[in-house]
Amino acid sequence: MDHFPTHWGRPRNELDDQYNTFPLHQRPANHTDTFANGVQRTQQPIVTGTSVLAIQYKDGIMMAADNLASYGSLARFKDITRLHAVGTSTVIGASGDMSDFQHIQRVLDDIVTDEFTAGDGNSLGPAEIHEFLARRMYARRSKMNPLWNSLLVGGFQNGKRFLAFVDLLGTTYSAPSLATGYGAHIALPLLRQSIDPNPDAVTEEAAREILRNCMRVLYYRDARSLDKYQIATVTEAGVTISDTQKLDTTWDFAENIRGYGAQTQ
Amino acid sequence: MFRNTYDSDNVVFSPQGRLHQVEYASEAVKQGSAVVGLRSKTHSILLALKRSLGELAAYQQKMHRIDDHVGIAIAGLTSDARVLSNFMRQQAMGSRMQFNRPIPVNRLVSSIADKAQVNTQEYGRRPYGVGFLVIGQDKNGPHLYEFSPSGNSYEYYAMSIGARSQSAKTYLEKHYESFVDCTLEDLIRHGLHALRETLQQDKELTINNTTIGIVGPVGAHENQLLAEGSFRILEGEPIQVYLNTMQPKRAPEEPVVPAQTDNVGEEEGPTHGATADEDVQMGE
Repeated sequence: MDHFPTHWGRPRNELDDQYNTFPLHQRPANHTDTFANGVQRTQQPIVTGTSVLAIQYKDGIMMAADNLASYGSLARFKDITRLHAVGTSTVIGASGDMSDFQHIQRVLDDIVTDEFTAGDGNSLGPAEIHEFLARRMYARRSKMNPLWNSLLVGGFQNGKRFLAFVDLLGTTYSAPSLATGYGAHIALPLLRQSIDPNPDAVTEEAAREILRNCMRVLYYRDARSLDKYQIATVTEAGVTISDTQKLDTTWDFAENIRGYGAQTQ
Repeated sequence: MFRNTYDSDNVVFSPQGRLHQVEYASEAVKQGSAVVGLRSKTHSILLALKRSLGELAAYQQKMHRIDDHVGIAIAGLTSDARVLSNFMRQQAMGSRMQFNRPIPVNRLVSSIADKAQVNTQEYGRRPYGVGFLVIGQDKNGPHLYEFSPSGNSYEYYAMSIGARSQSAKTYLEKHYESFVDCTLEDLIRHGLHALRETLQQDKELTINNTTIGIVGPVGAHENQLLAEGSFRILEGEPIQVYLNTMQPKRAPEEPVVPAQTDNVGEEEGPTHGATADEDVQMGE
């Protein structure tokens, strides 16, 4: 209820609608008090996901992320999917704040639904989704209220692969292999070594093996990671997000590390 | 001219189930000078007849570029057209900004049709007094749409609106089946022939009163380099070459003859008619 009589019956906001053309039934509320609910902004990420890895390969792109959402250093949720299909030719992977990621998922699902309901045969491809995300992320950071994520956007459209990055500042870049977070330090050099010289030479099986290997290295090194992960592929055929897979790891060497294994002296 | 009960506002139906104000708005479109639109497999084009208020006045602008891939031609109230084309430009820019994607042409047309529909239903408003032909291209190829004050929008192979547009429609209905495979030059010639039908007895098409709008690959007579065949408006001297290709006007029952264009290697489509004789020259 708007308690201010001066706002009653105000037909429309002249600033938004110089020609008085805004449909009356779609008019926004005449008055909203910005501070009514106090101001709440993300100061830091709370429940976080760690690295996302993505590569281009012969048939399209492949993306990997583990299933962990940490609460600080606590491995709080171990069954979180951090890969999300957007439409039929795009997948996004998120590191950073998981609640912000859930918000992004809702927003993207909404625009994909709108696009579908238009029913005119047009659809949003990976390039459009990436542009949209970049604009949204930058708009939010400009309001001093960023969506605290680093996102990878991958897809396949019109016979072309697409892979790009966008973060909480709206920064974007693109490369044959990309990684966010800790993975950008640990895994990216490995990915570059095997992918960047010639992505077309990498088969699906090889791509899967490269990502598995990098996820294993990350699990050994990254204290916020998990040995359960998923792989998404986007090819001509569309988006597939795999079931959770488990990494094979050996910890025999730990016995010999002083302070970690059973102490002998 | 029209004196009806039930025509003082737009929210009351007449007992015959008509909205008189909306119908009057459609009459406003018919006051504007004629616009013709045609589409082939590769191109969409607009042709418009410009009017000037008098000897001393410039000719009124009839076409507007909305975005690289969309253009419109207007018939009716120019001021209403400016508001709507401004809105269309904003929509187009919004799509480029938000998705880095040229807006699909049908959505652009639907968006203004939705605005026009509101004006046919809410009290205290009036319908727009302007009609558009909209051409544009997207991933499905070239398109031609008509927008009208009633809030309807339709896609066409060929269409004409404005004063005496029925004559142009008659020409288009007779020839539209051949448009699909036309070259740009043939399509323009058909458009000019259709547009000529809307002229008054003593008038003819000149480089001053004719405007041509095109989307699609560059034609034989165009020397500019355009990325992806974006929308362009031809006016003045550049359209002389197209006017030259027109056939002299003939009596209505005469068959149409292929024009002898001076293009090298250009072959006319086989679809239009056979021999020509006894062409009636248009009075000078």
